[in-house]
Amino acid sequence: MSTNDITNILVCGIGGQGVMTAAEILAEAAMTEGHDVKKTEVAGMAQRGGVVTSHLRFGRKVLSPQIEPGTVQVLLGFEGAEALRWSHYLKPDGIALVNNARLVPPVVELGLFDYPEDPTGQMRAAGHRVVSFDAMTIARDLGEIRLGNTVMLGAIADYLPFAANVLLACIDKRFARKGEKVVEANRRAFAAGRDAVARQLAASPA
Amino acid sequence: MAAVMPASAASRLLLSGNEAVARAVWESGVRVAAAYPGTPATEIIESLARYPDLYAEWSVNEKVSMEVALGASMTGARAFCAMKHVGLNVASDCLMTMTITGAYGGLVIAVADDVGMSSSQNEQDSRFWGRFAHIPVLEPADSQEAYEMTKFAFGLSEQYETPVLLRLTTRICHVKGLVVAGEREAHEPAGFVKDPQRWVMVPAHAKARIPALFQRDETLRAVSDASPLNVLEAGSNRSVGFVTSGPAYMHVKEAFPDAPVLKLGLSYPWPPEKVRELAALCDTLVVVEETEKLLETEIRAAGIACHGKDVLPSIGELSPQVLHPAVDRLLGKPVPPPAPAAAPPRVFPRPPTLCASCPHMGMYYTLSQIKNIIVAGDIGCYTLGAGHPWNALDTTICMGATMGVALGIDKGRGSVDKNKRILAVIGDSTFMHMGMQGLLDITYNHGNITVLLLDNNTTGMTGGQATPASGKDIHGKEAPKVDLFKIVEALGVPNERIKVVDPYQLPVLFKTVRDEIKVEGPSVIIARRPCVLIDDFKPFRPYLVEEDKCTGCGNCIEVGCPAIHVTHRDKVVKPSGKEVELAFVNIDSQACTGCGLCVQPCAPDAIRHVPRHDIPIHIVKTTSTS
Repeated sequence: MSTNDITNILVCGIGGQGVMTAAEILAEAAMTEGHDVKKTEVAGMAQRGGVVTSHLRFGRKVLSPQIEPGTVQVLLGFEGAEALRWSHYLKPDGIALVNNARLVPPVVELGLFDYPEDPTGQMRAAGHRVVSFDAMTIARDLGEIRLGNTVMLGAIADYLPFAANVLLACIDKRFARKGEKVVEANRRAFAAGRDAVARQLAASPA
Repeated sequence: MAAVMPASAASRLLLSGNEAVARAVWESGVRVAAAYPGTPATEIIESLARYPDLYAEWSVNEKVSMEVALGASMTGARAFCAMKHVGLNVASDCLMTMTITGAYGGLVIAVADDVGMSSSQNEQDSRFWGRFAHIPVLEPADSQEAYEMTKFAFGLSEQYETPVLLRLTTRICHVKGLVVAGEREAHEPAGFVKDPQRWVMVPAHAKARIPALFQRDETLRAVSDASPLNVLEAGSNRSVGFVTSGPAYMHVKEAFPDAPVLKLGLSYPWPPEKVRELAALCDTLVVVEETEKLLETEIRAAGIACHGKDVLPSIGELSPQVLHPAVDRLLGKPVPPPAPAAAPPRVFPRPPTLCASCPHMGMYYTLSQIKNIIVAGDIGCYTLGAGHPWNALDTTICMGATMGVALGIDKGRGSVDKNKRILAVIGDSTFMHMGMQGLLDITYNHGNITVLLLDNNTTGMTGGQATPASGKDIHGKEAPKVDLFKIVEALGVPNERIKVVDPYQLPVLFKTVRDEIKVEGPSVIIARRPCVLIDDFKPFRPYLVEEDKCTGCGNCIEVGCPAIHVTHRDKVVKPSGKEVELAFVNIDSQACTGCGLCVQPCAPDAIRHVPRHDIPIHIVKTTSTS
């Protein structure tokens, strides 16, 4: 059985940021497109500010749920150092879409470890294609910090093997219960995320 | 949480293994389902509680959950219990005799192994229980199989009157995949039949039934050889063949798509004829199993040559990346060294932390300031107190162990430790799970222990489940609320030695702990504040640091709150000539929920409330304590 038609997406960040929810919505989108889907995470203590990764694989038939290093098409990073931590999972022609937030854990504040100077810069220096943007500022400008998650989904929308509208429809569905205003706000966040990546690429091709 | 209308039959659903098991339990007409929360199995019962026409409960521990399921089975009802791997240790006393009575209504035990240890104190292989208890073991490889095998398990249980072990791992429980759902079957209990020879396990009755256990093993071995759950895939490249079960099957297929594979769904008793058939088919046989050398040992003992843990690891998760080079090396194929790009970048560790405003921080900050103590710890979020910056716990073993361990330290210590004070830390849910007996042992045997009962009104680590002391049931509805103070008193702690304190009030907490550890005999300090992740917690007005007042002393950082961040560091030389490192801080007001723990050790009074008009939107509704 060939695994060549499998898309591997790695979503990474910190417990509480919404990594698992984002991966879940991506999985639903792949499912509505008729793909076989597997999504897995290691998040035993995820609510406690620890490292969270969600592996999403879809295609004709998915076997192992775990993604191997060096095989990720798209790395969606919710935090700079976390994107760097998992960057060796990228394929040579893969791309990292990274929120350049800097969330510093207590062990760094206590002076026990150093936070990397320029995480996305290090990734670029290692030869990875990286687009970085400030999802939190974008969300705050839209009036609600919690829209950051949808900004991240907008960022990945043009890097999926299906149309951006498929993903947007899944986001609409998720927020439909909360009313038209919330749906509209999320649509704006989605568009802003797409736009941020497109503008970054136009300014400095990754 | 209210029961919701389940998705209709033939729906294609994206379900985790846990959700798939729950769906299948419901469809199987199960009447009673019980569990104590435990990663990675927690969501099975959480999900089941949302289905209609079924009784679900949070039990106080896994042993009780199994006894509840057994009692239901005795009436002819289909029954189910779920637990993590270490939970089955707790329940094993019931299991080892329940296997002799056998099941009447279909009885399935889901046990979830934390392979890779993402959230457990050990890694153990629950398949051993199948051998130990003489019960069949089913091992699904993904969500769809978890669903199908759970449904199959109830029929198997009833046909052979045996409890059935459904063995899951993290990569089943927490992997979402597609499942095609079916309908709920009706199963009206046949009724409890008085049958002392079967249900009253005195020696004479049990002795008469034990031969049937061994007979059941033999019967099920034949069932296993004929079972469609054990599939021999002939493959096209027969240089190497595999016997495998559970999620390891997926890794084998991914790494060696053309090899012959015997996939075991009913993995105990395993099918001897099918294994021989596979062995005859391929040049080399490799057993791929998570985690211990179990099938491999038994297959070799049956006279079939095979490899396994001589080339594969016995701990942690397997993956295609682990299998490929190991098997290639075994076959004498060249194994290329890993590409240099595959080396992971060096990034600081990011261990889980206590949340901003976590009441446990107050207790651990206090303990970190007291010398000459030995602190026994337990299992829960509060185990994080063993980490930085508090380093406040000296032991962690298993659920409820803190009391017994502390008493043993007290009784065993010699002159080296005689001036130390012994403390035992335990959470409210763990206390009710298995801690109460330990406290009774302390009071009965004149232990000189100060117990710190961290009462956050929930089972925090697994996501905030209700407990008998929270006054809520599994559906969030009102339930009798037990009084922990009264329990502690009833267990023999003198009334005047039970103190209830607010862990946000550091001076009171500090004084209470200092006073109680000096007193001879047992005492209990109940530190009471709700977990910040449950509805009972109401955030307070957040704080900020007046940066011109901050002297960089770093006292607040020692509290361990993740909302405090260092803005810059400096060094000064004191008049004594000693060089001191300074860390100037700010507070992330988006994350701060205003517990005030950091305010109390701040020497220059540099921490004050955020002005009302600057309070982040998500805290607008709240009031301030001060």
